[in-house]
Amino acid sequence: MSEIFGFTAACLVGLGLYGLIVHSSALRKILSFNVLGSGIFLLLGVIARRGAAAGLVADPVPQALVITGIVVAFSATALGVALIRRLDEDDEEEGEP
Amino acid sequence: MNAVYGLFAGLSALLLVVAGFAVVTRRHFAAVVGFTAFGLLLSLAWVALAAPDVALTEAAVGGGVTGVLLLSASVQMRAKMEVLPSWGVRFIAAVLAAIVTAGLMLVVLMLPDEAPTLAPAAKESLAFTGMGNPATAVLMAYRALDTMLEKVVLLLALVAVWSLGRDHFWGGRPDFDFSTQTSGPLLLLARVLVPVGVLVGIYLFWVGADEPGGAFAGGALIAAMGLLAFFAGVARPPLVGSGWLRWAVVAGIAVFLIVGFGGFWGAGDFLAYPDGLAKPVIVVIEVAMTLSIALTLVLLVVGPPGRRP
Repeated sequence: MSEIFGFTAACLVGLGLYGLIVHSSALRKILSFNVLGSGIFLLLGVIARRGAAAGLVADPVPQALVITGIVVAFSATALGVALIRRLDEDDEEEGEP
Repeated sequence: MNAVYGLFAGLSALLLVVAGFAVVTRRHFAAVVGFTAFGLLLSLAWVALAAPDVALTEAAVGGGVTGVLLLSASVQMRAKMEVLPSWGVRFIAAVLAAIVTAGLMLVVLMLPDEAPTLAPAAKESLAFTGMGNPATAVLMAYRALDTMLEKVVLLLALVAVWSLGRDHFWGGRPDFDFSTQTSGPLLLLARVLVPVGVLVGIYLFWVGADEPGGAFAGGALIAAMGLLAFFAGVARPPLVGSGWLRWAVVAGIAVFLIVGFGGFWGAGDFLAYPDGLAKPVIVVIEVAMTLSIALTLVLLVVGPPGRRP
């Protein structure tokens, strides 16, 4: 049953990887990277669901890892966005297109 | 059973369509809007995977706060459209991505029937912590070290973002001023929703011990309310140089470290909780953590100081 989300996760990783390669703008690379990351998190979610045991509906350890991972991914995204904003400002001052 | 399966399949298809749109559309703004919608849909998938705690965090952080961050960046940056490479490059990239996808699908099919699980070990620690929510118990007791180090990652990211500010702006406010309205729906929303949202955030943190919720979801919701207030102009981002802000940002890690080293004395190991006191100690850590998470998320979105102090 949960395998269908495993396939979805695999497709999301592929989509994110494609975007990461073809986009030239850093903002879109960051966005694609987040899609890729979501796919990996979802895969962990499927593995957690399969690990249901001891009366729990899912293995809470991978779930907790994903919660931590979402926050860490956000930290990296925020740093990336701050970097590209600063680059954009500096380009503007130097009069580059 | 078939109806549920159909629902899951429909949700999966919707996820892929929206993610595909966010990746391939040429307009940056549309891509970011698509990504935010994707985050919200993804949290539904998390509910389907019996992970309501992840769903709440995904909706608040993955979709909500990340969406705001990317949205404000896409509005402020000059380039609005994407220039794509030649079709040949795109074709090769698509083939590579398809190979990776196929490989991962194969892995999904080959997952062992007897799934490895740490659920029994996590369940054991439930009784000791006095909590009812296994995910929170894992975050705060079973794998508390991960959670503490993740606070450090948040803080390091904030230090890195702040260090991107210009010297003459140091100590000033972040430049996060989008408000053009002096009355209207946004202002009304900020005035009505923010107090309610902060209350719901505190509630989510509090029930996290036994029900879906927790410090991450609660902190992220409070952060989103702060951002809404800044967007509408009813509040201003704090001065980056102010002392209370620094203390509040490190509060989560500080309390975690004090409890961690106190564990040597009280329970014989780093981050070990004394018998019978586990739950009150965890609640104290979580209060400090929720405060730090909420503030750090807001500060990461509003960016480095952009105005003179």
